[in-house]
Amino acid sequence: MLCAMVSRYRPTLLGTVTLLVVAALTACIPADEPAGTPTVAPVNATSLPPECAKAQLQTKTPGKLTIATDNPAYPPWFVDNKPENGQGFEGAVAAAIAQKLGFATGEVVWKRVTFNSAIAPGPKDFDFDINQFSITDARRQAVDFSAPYYNVRQAVIALKSNKIANARNFGDLKDAKLGAQVSTTSYQMITTVVQPNTQPSVYNTNDDAKQALQNGSIDGLVVDLPTGFQMVAEIKDAKVVGQLPLAVAQPEQFGLVLDKGSPLTACVSRAIEALRASKTLEQLERQWLAQVAGAPELA
Amino acid sequence: MTTTHSPSPVQQERIAYRRRQTIRSVLIAAASTAVVGLILMVAVTGSPGWDRVRASFLDWRVARQALPSVLGGLWLNVRLLVFCAAGALVLGLLIALLRTLRGPVFFPMRALSAGYTYTFRGLPLIIVLYVMALGVPGLRLAGTPSVLVLGAIAIVLTYSGYLAEVFRAGIESVHPSQVAAARSLGLTYRQTMRHVVLPQAVRRVAPPLLNDIVALQKDVGLISLAGPIDAIRAAQIEVGETFNFTPYIVAGALFVLLAAPLIAVTDWVTLRAARRRA
Amino acid sequence: MTGSAGASAGGRTVLSCRGVRKSFRANLVLDDLDLDVGEHEVVALIGASGSGKSTLLRCVNLLEEIDDGTIHLDGEHITDPRVDADRVRQRIGIVFQAYNLFPHMSVLANITLAPRRVHRRPRAEAEAHARELLARVGLADKADAYPDQLSGGQQQRVAIVRALVNSPRLMLLDEVTSALDPELVGEVLALIRDLKDEGMTMLIATHEMAFARDVADRVCFLDGGRVLEQGPPAQVLGEPTQPRTRQFLRRIIEAGRL
Repeated sequence: MLCAMVSRYRPTLLGTVTLLVVAALTACIPADEPAGTPTVAPVNATSLPPECAKAQLQTKTPGKLTIATDNPAYPPWFVDNKPENGQGFEGAVAAAIAQKLGFATGEVVWKRVTFNSAIAPGPKDFDFDINQFSITDARRQAVDFSAPYYNVRQAVIALKSNKIANARNFGDLKDAKLGAQVSTTSYQMITTVVQPNTQPSVYNTNDDAKQALQNGSIDGLVVDLPTGFQMVAEIKDAKVVGQLPLAVAQPEQFGLVLDKGSPLTACVSRAIEALRASKTLEQLERQWLAQVAGAPELA
Repeated sequence: MTTTHSPSPVQQERIAYRRRQTIRSVLIAAASTAVVGLILMVAVTGSPGWDRVRASFLDWRVARQALPSVLGGLWLNVRLLVFCAAGALVLGLLIALLRTLRGPVFFPMRALSAGYTYTFRGLPLIIVLYVMALGVPGLRLAGTPSVLVLGAIAIVLTYSGYLAEVFRAGIESVHPSQVAAARSLGLTYRQTMRHVVLPQAVRRVAPPLLNDIVALQKDVGLISLAGPIDAIRAAQIEVGETFNFTPYIVAGALFVLLAAPLIAVTDWVTLRAARRRA
Repeated sequence: MTGSAGASAGGRTVLSCRGVRKSFRANLVLDDLDLDVGEHEVVALIGASGSGKSTLLRCVNLLEEIDDGTIHLDGEHITDPRVDADRVRQRIGIVFQAYNLFPHMSVLANITLAPRRVHRRPRAEAEAHARELLARVGLADKADAYPDQLSGGQQQRVAIVRALVNSPRLMLLDEVTSALDPELVGEVLALIRDLKDEGMTMLIATHEMAFARDVADRVCFLDGGRVLEQGPPAQVLGEPTQPRTRQFLRRIIEAGRL
């Protein structure tokens, strides 16, 4: 009973001192946090169950949906660094999810949040964060992921004049100096799958990595395929060398990031599943990520 | 014939009183420290979010997993520190010497040196690194060194600006009579600098110099923005894989361990210099 | 009277200053000054502070550049810009009021620095010579001590020895006892007296009037940047002809230093 009191008590300094001196001495354990993300059974209907009605959702600001992404927000995921315009693949997916959950455009608030803030323990400034986060089990210990909204492949891009421009397999990449953005699965791909002889170079942003590629400081850059195509369009004389194979049997997937134990995870996942069932996701992919088809496979 | 002095009752009373007071102060200090410490510990570990924060920042498993790669990155920090410290000390001393040349004929030298220190103490190191490591290779000049070398040069250039001013302060703090005495013995300007002024100047500014080197130890890590993987970057990579912040704690602890000997040396040198002067 | 350089003691003129002028910014410190010092002669410079004593010594030693006039050392025109000042300074020894010795070097290193670096003598030879000189002034046991371990008087004596090690033609002493505690002054003055007995040519700026009277062959009173009065000590200090000299000496007597 004392334990229940501790977990519901609003902390003030004096209260903390007196109460918790006792609590510490009795080695009291705070109440358990809710268990991990409940599994979402695939739903055939494209409408959401009653517990996911807009009025029931415990968003940060009642009546509004707060969505976060990083700054700058790059194409083809967003357009003009303005997520609120609903353009770009992730801009459109976020808008579709909001609409599915019953929020009008005016009721969606966008926030800019750094990578570290998104994964830090502590109350989040947002309801969910959409920013090409790949779902992994290790990361699940720290945050909640929604159902996946996109299957992603990694690719290598290089300048057409570079020695690896026509690489066909990993053997051709062994002596290459590759690069990737920090905290992405692209880097992990290099170290676990490609395994070149030299340590890869790591950059704060894809902009820096792009510059290094153009300078010739790296031979090839590993990024997800849509970003790769975008970059190749922006850099003259660059090309997509090829797609990297899947690391394990199932594909790498992007998911939304929510606070661990967030009450919204189930409903947001339902919304995504509904969009998948109604082929909305597929249509948005075709609209914003069309050029992805046809990249050669690296073995 | 000497007699050992035994204290009078008055003095014994004084000694006893002071001892009592000392014991009292120590007890009060210890008790209040313990109480504050206990309160802090209880407040932190009893707060509602403590478990999650502890899991996020103090996870042993993640720490063990991250340690090898963070250590590997730290090796880069160490190598860069040695190279950049040596380079900045030499270049900084040179620039300081240029600035202390007397006489109108040396005005361009003094102006150049002053301009250098103004520029490189004003420019943020990050910008110099961007220009050198991500800009210069773009020129595609033949013989451009690697990004690592370019980054090291950027760090040396920037820190030389700071060290030059420290050296200059040291050189100018040596009393002019020392120079007069040395020149009067027939020593040339170079000999005077080498045997009389610089030994004294460097001893005087050893504490602030060492202080700057301790700061340099961390700044060398900024080279990671250009691609190389230092300790913080290695930690960042681990953080990205697990969404757990413990690798940063690991990196922080390693940095403190690395800096501790240098800081201890700094303190010892400072203490010795103060004692010598007093 | 004023103006004449007044070298006595027969023999050659070691130092000859003619028309020396020196200003610091707006301040005219040396004004058309003439002064001669003959071989083996000891000349004492007296005067109020700011009268130019130190400045004159620094100009002779080429530490300051004069604005006008000439200075000759053993007949050589040393204020000619083509002359190598470092070589000239080897022939002149100077000792200052304070901060003389190099604090980061031992006494022995202080003394052997110039012989080893300037004259390129081997270390053993330089050290042997240095120890000999130290023994002569009674400081042999301090050879390996550091300046901060010596008293003020001992430091000044070492400074004098260090200046002597080049075998200079002329010694310049700039108020070398002014910064010392009274009981240490005597040992320094004794050393200077010994130097005179050995025949060293010296130009001494000093406040120690009694010493000047004992040791100097000639006393020069500096005022307004020029030599106002000079002559044998008994005359200048006992029966000065110039009113300003008298005024100065009266102040010194009142301060109890004569």
